[in-house]
Amino acid sequence: MITDRRPRFARLVSWGLITSAAAALALIPLPTVHTAPRHVTLRVEAAQFAFAPSELSVNAGDTVTLELVSTDVVHGLYVDQYDLGVEADPGQTSRLTFVADKPGSFRIRCNVACGQYHPFMIGRLTVGTPIAFWRAAGLALLALAAILLGAVRPAREAPA
Amino acid sequence: MKTRSMVLRTRGMNLLKKRGWQVALSTVMLAGLAFTAVAGWVGTPIGSRNFAIAFVWIGWFAALIILLIPIFGRGWCSICPIPMVGDWVQRGAVLEPQGRPPRGLGLRVPSLLRNMWTQNAAFALLALFSASILTSPRITAAALVGMFVLATGLSLVFENRAFCRYVCPMGGFIGLYSQVAPIELRVAAREKCTACQTKDCYNGSASGYGCPWGVFPTSLTRNNYCGLCLECLRTCPNDNLAIRVRPVAADLYVPSTRSDEAFKSLIMLGSAMVYAAVLLGPWTAFKFAAFGIGSLAWLVNAAVFLVLVLGLLPGSLWLVGRLSQRLTPSAEGTQANPSARGRSPFAAFATPLVPLGLAFWAAFSLTFFLTNGSYVLSSISDPLGLGWNLIGTAGVGWQPILAGAIAPLQTAVLVGGFIWAAGVARRVTERLQLPSLPLIGFLFLPTVVMLWLLL
Repeated sequence: MITDRRPRFARLVSWGLITSAAAALALIPLPTVHTAPRHVTLRVEAAQFAFAPSELSVNAGDTVTLELVSTDVVHGLYVDQYDLGVEADPGQTSRLTFVADKPGSFRIRCNVACGQYHPFMIGRLTVGTPIAFWRAAGLALLALAAILLGAVRPAREAPA
Repeated sequence: MKTRSMVLRTRGMNLLKKRGWQVALSTVMLAGLAFTAVAGWVGTPIGSRNFAIAFVWIGWFAALIILLIPIFGRGWCSICPIPMVGDWVQRGAVLEPQGRPPRGLGLRVPSLLRNMWTQNAAFALLALFSASILTSPRITAAALVGMFVLATGLSLVFENRAFCRYVCPMGGFIGLYSQVAPIELRVAAREKCTACQTKDCYNGSASGYGCPWGVFPTSLTRNNYCGLCLECLRTCPNDNLAIRVRPVAADLYVPSTRSDEAFKSLIMLGSAMVYAAVLLGPWTAFKFAAFGIGSLAWLVNAAVFLVLVLGLLPGSLWLVGRLSQRLTPSAEGTQANPSARGRSPFAAFATPLVPLGLAFWAAFSLTFFLTNGSYVLSSISDPLGLGWNLIGTAGVGWQPILAGAIAPLQTAVLVGGFIWAAGVARRVTERLQLPSLPLIGFLFLPTVVMLWLLL
């Protein structure tokens, strides 16, 4: 039978430590590499059902101008979490300028229904460090450490 | 004196025993299925604006994974319209049993097929065509009608619900993850079943039909092969069956020993990762390979997918099992512990993939639903794309829901799923008296990959 024989105080301390570490990983600002803000212009071609290039990268703090060029039907470009979008008619260039002040990895997606595979017309904009992933990976690593050190144990044995 | 909770429980069970509500709900679902198929076939070809796509793949599928399965297990199967007409035809009745012998050939499913391999193949096949099924209203309509026709046809050839039990790809998905649900249908006292002479739950009676899943309820120890049709509640002459609340994931306390179930877990886990990479990732080459059905790129894509879910993942898990056996200390221990010798504990080691896989699918569905959920509103108002505005939401534009919450929610679901799976892994390895480190390490790696894919 699986039983947890550790004293109650030790369990409380270990859970307190784990919770504090998890909160720190989730909330404390991570160190970032500061670079002088630039004005970056990125040209993105949109055609059914992909952006080219599909992966964009800028530094946090940069002023970014996305030039969207559609080569077939009307397409859009929407940046998740920045809640910014732009549309481009075929052959035309549309521009979207914003300050990339939120670090992380964000999906860019077509926001104009452009055909069958429209929902999956997705690219990625990375601003500085992909913080959400590193925080999540840190939390998973903390969970792994807690489990391996025995702080998290299965609570119940199989029912009779 | 009866307590209030006992009275409520009795009333609840009495309600469940009535067939009318279930037939009524299933009929509504059947009408919904028919309407969805029509909308898919004649409605707008723009997937995100078509009711069939928006309702089935954005609304229903997310609700199934995020709410229905974790709470009600196979609850959906109890009102699923797909096998309904087949049941009616086979039984020669819509409501109460009429005492007639079953119609159709009534053959037993060949023993070679009485396992999960057909379901596994069906799900893998669906996954290969998923990009088209998820986006083309006509293909979605054809898939729904195809499943309905196949279920009805099989009920005329084989006894019981052969389609649900052995073929339905969604049934396999729901069944696997229903093991985590906090409810179960079980016998109350096994000795009553042993003493029972008629076995009405299996054979049927004037009160209800024999188990359409071909399950003898006394033998039920897990949720995955019980479709919650509730017939045994109606037929049991001893009132010995009940739906009970239980600890979450109680089915996983005893690890599976079946390789078909292990492969199902691995196929589901691998499919969630492939979907996240291909459908939600930025890699254009992967997308075009998945879109171009029949092309060389698609064939390569299909081969890579099959190698991943049928070769790489199972092979890795098998090796992890072997490693655990190797790490089991001392010859004395090996002699004392049969799990440390012989075949790799592959099937048992797949048990923690159930909570992990459910977390993967929930995290994937969260993105898909919260990003595209606004399409459900517009398509409900104008389901056929005819310019209607039934509930005034036809003009609702595309807008992500809770965009800022998606990443934290996914992190919580995936890390929580890993912790849950690791707990199950510890329980499995302690039962087998094997070290848990290799299995927990195996669970950790795909979790980090999934975090990377989704975040």
